Amino acid sequence: MRLTSLIAAGVGLVFAAGQATAGELHFYNWGNYTDPKVLEKFTAETGIDITLDGYDSNDMMLAKVKAGGSGYDLAVPSGFMVKIMTDEGLIQKAGVNQMANFKNVEDQWVDVYFDPGREYSVPWQWGSTGISLNTKYYDGPKSDSWALVFDPPEELKNRINMVSEMSDVIAAGLFYLGLPQCNGNKADLKKLNDMLQSAKEDWRTIDYGIVEKMTSEDVYASHNWNGASMRARRVIPEIKYIYPKEGLNAWMDNVVLLSDAKNVDEAKVFMNFLMAPENAGMISSFAGYANAIKGSAEFMNPDMAEAPEIVGYEGAGKPEFIPPCTQEVQAMYTKIWNNLLK
Amino acid sequence: MPDTVALPPRSRPFDVRYMPGFTSMAWLCLIGLYAPLLIMAFFSFNESRSVTTFTDFSFRWYQIAADNAGVKDATILSLKLAALSTVFATIAATMAGLATTRTRSFKGQAFVFAVINQPLMIPEIVTAVGTLTFFGIIKQVTGIQSFGFLVLAHTVFCIPFAYMPIRARLEDMDLTFEHVAADLYASPWKAFRYVTFPMMLPGIIAGAMLAFVISLDDVIISLLVAGAGETTLPVWMIGQLRRGLTPEVNAISTVLLGVTIIFVSFFFFLTFRKRK
Amino acid sequence: MAIGETTATGSVPTTQMSGREATAAAERRSVRKRWLLVSPALAIIGLVGIMPLAIIAVYSFLSPGPYAGISWDPTLEAWLNVFMERDIFDETLGINYAHASIVTRSFVLAFVTMILALIVGFPTAYFIATRPDKQRYLWLFIISLPFWSNLLVRTFAMMLVLRDNGYINSSLIYLNVIEKPLEIIFTNTAVGIGLTYAYLPLMVMPLYASMEKLDFRLIEAGYDLYGNRWKVLWRIVIPLVRPGIIAGCILVFIPAIGAYVTPKLLGGGKNLMVGNLIANQFGTSRDWPLGSAISLFLMLMVMVALIIYVRNVISEADKNA
Repeated sequence: MRLTSLIAAGVGLVFAAGQATAGELHFYNWGNYTDPKVLEKFTAETGIDITLDGYDSNDMMLAKVKAGGSGYDLAVPSGFMVKIMTDEGLIQKAGVNQMANFKNVEDQWVDVYFDPGREYSVPWQWGSTGISLNTKYYDGPKSDSWALVFDPPEELKNRINMVSEMSDVIAAGLFYLGLPQCNGNKADLKKLNDMLQSAKEDWRTIDYGIVEKMTSEDVYASHNWNGASMRARRVIPEIKYIYPKEGLNAWMDNVVLLSDAKNVDEAKVFMNFLMAPENAGMISSFAGYANAIKGSAEFMNPDMAEAPEIVGYEGAGKPEFIPPCTQEVQAMYTKIWNNLLK
Repeated sequence: MPDTVALPPRSRPFDVRYMPGFTSMAWLCLIGLYAPLLIMAFFSFNESRSVTTFTDFSFRWYQIAADNAGVKDATILSLKLAALSTVFATIAATMAGLATTRTRSFKGQAFVFAVINQPLMIPEIVTAVGTLTFFGIIKQVTGIQSFGFLVLAHTVFCIPFAYMPIRARLEDMDLTFEHVAADLYASPWKAFRYVTFPMMLPGIIAGAMLAFVISLDDVIISLLVAGAGETTLPVWMIGQLRRGLTPEVNAISTVLLGVTIIFVSFFFFLTFRKRK
Repeated sequence: MAIGETTATGSVPTTQMSGREATAAAERRSVRKRWLLVSPALAIIGLVGIMPLAIIAVYSFLSPGPYAGISWDPTLEAWLNVFMERDIFDETLGINYAHASIVTRSFVLAFVTMILALIVGFPTAYFIATRPDKQRYLWLFIISLPFWSNLLVRTFAMMLVLRDNGYINSSLIYLNVIEKPLEIIFTNTAVGIGLTYAYLPLMVMPLYASMEKLDFRLIEAGYDLYGNRWKVLWRIVIPLVRPGIIAGCILVFIPAIGAYVTPKLLGGGKNLMVGNLIANQFGTSRDWPLGSAISLFLMLMVMVALIIYVRNVISEADKNA
């Protein structure tokens, strides 16, 4: 019947329309992390069309990539996730250290624990995870410590948000208790678990959208990333970013090439593009985080050069990079995290 | 025995339309439904970020929103997706409706109902994850990347929504007209085209509209099943809600609301004009 | 009559066959026609709707993969974890109170949402149904309009109303009713309000559809009999619109119990509903089998609840009739 053939044609058309064409690229990044102008610049310079989609957690990105056929060419996992994806065979070698702009990468960022010598990944941005504090509501003695969120003062009770990332929260907890990171000691972990469970009573939310929550003053203090804190400070100047004295973790997000990427050559062009100082500078200015490319400082927003979120301050705690822990330790961490999230 | 029973004097003449409290409840419902939306729309014109104090009238947030290319692409994509899903779902639902109503019970009836209504019975998150995995396997095996996958996923949950009003409408129509047509030697197809279909039309339209809205609204399935470059409007909005720039989202939401009002008004006008 | 069993789309000239043969042939044809018509819907849903379910079912019997996904080691651990939990440190088995509380919260919230929607929706639908013809469509249009706007837009608008410096709190503070903002947002109450707000139109529409067909003369007659509006309502109106009530309740309860977006936005990550719990398992908690098991469990509970509800309501109405 004419109708059925029409329908069949329609179905065929819809399915056919999606085939990949040359000169395009599919980029999967954290939400609100990519300057659209950078993408426009890339398309203008190379003629390659680039699409951008967003995720709000490493785990969601991992779930979609692992399910297969995601259609993305590039993703931006955090350091420990790069290692996980490498082990799972989800990303392929891109030969980053052979690319033209590779010389721009700062020396300290070349040999990283998750990608020694940079075979797989291009540094995107890096930062630390400390505390954003709205000093309008509290500015007392606990203001330099994780106690703000784990043993909060009256003013902050039920006005605290924690990041919804297992590795960040557990690392913070261990720092607070003065226990070693990547800890497999059951006694230590029990202390951690109990502390987290009792601290949870005073938390209002465990969620993303932190800048939103801080600027609308739903929460007065939050476990937060330094760049996000800076963006919040642009709206409410009293918001201070705290480097807790017990220590805090630093992280780095990197661009990787997925194993089932269809546009490998275009992806490599993009990866090279990212290592040019002017582009790295643009990227940093947008989200407010430091990058790993030499000479990009002159291309960044001037207010970033002295922002305490980026350069620290007197008496600030030291951010450290925490390598991923062994599988057994990870499993225990997961149990503690699930226990917390319930 | 008296022929009439003495009735208690009525306090006021009985009017079936008036039930005490019902009118107030209806008005409350109306206000409750609209208040948040009106507040949001009102404050989208606010100069400052506040949602409580109106400082100055300004289009500031609208200008920022207009620069936002993401919203245009996402809206167009959502509309395309909803349109395609609605078409397929309504066709399938119409056919299914014709087959399953106005007959005596047949073998496998429960089975058919169960299958058709199955997407309604399951929490969306379950469908989303399962579909992600299922499509993932297919995509890996066949290497096809396409918008069609998302359309398919949407069609699945749109079918039961389209089916309900169609079925309701069909049950109201008895078979007399079709029998008359048969008596007049009309072929089944002609009977359908000239008799059944026009009578069913309000149900089909209602079903299509419902399916369209459901597709447009979908968040979690679109979030997980979408491929590269397939960010739909609700998914995009969730990403925006994570940002700190609340008032911009206000402005965008108000625009969306306005577009919806225009679209639906137009539709209603069209449909109910016909009735008179 | 030989044409007796035709569907809406078929009737067969029977001049060439004997009466019984013709009936049988017509019946075979109509059966075939029926299955043909139903096949697209069945095929689409059967394949794309049911296959994922099958996959989920299979996953629920496997073990979690090291970082995500599953590994092909069959185990009943996931199903066990739905109900029980192992203490992290001493491996003893105890009832999983956290899961129990989340499931309970979901059922209670969904049920409360349904009741609220009914309380608000029933009078509203009745009101609309009793307006004069011309007004009716206007009212219907106005009431259903918010529904056509995006769910996220509506939930977001509700956030603006409920948050600490949102409309309700600011107004109350301005009027000096309270001093400190009421903590409405990020609580169970907020989620309940949000759910009711989101699904209210789904209750009103089926109710209205039923009420539109009401013969109001019956109600007048009832009034003559009982003399009391509420009795008339209870004894006459409600049983007559029973299909609408059932449809509305189902349409509100089921999405409410599996809701994900509303509790995520309004609950803040601490007041989890089942939908969020399941989503967490596929994301940050990295336990896909557990997520699958909980999903299936939820589905089963919903079906059971449905069956009980429909049976009860039907028998209740039969008693009253």
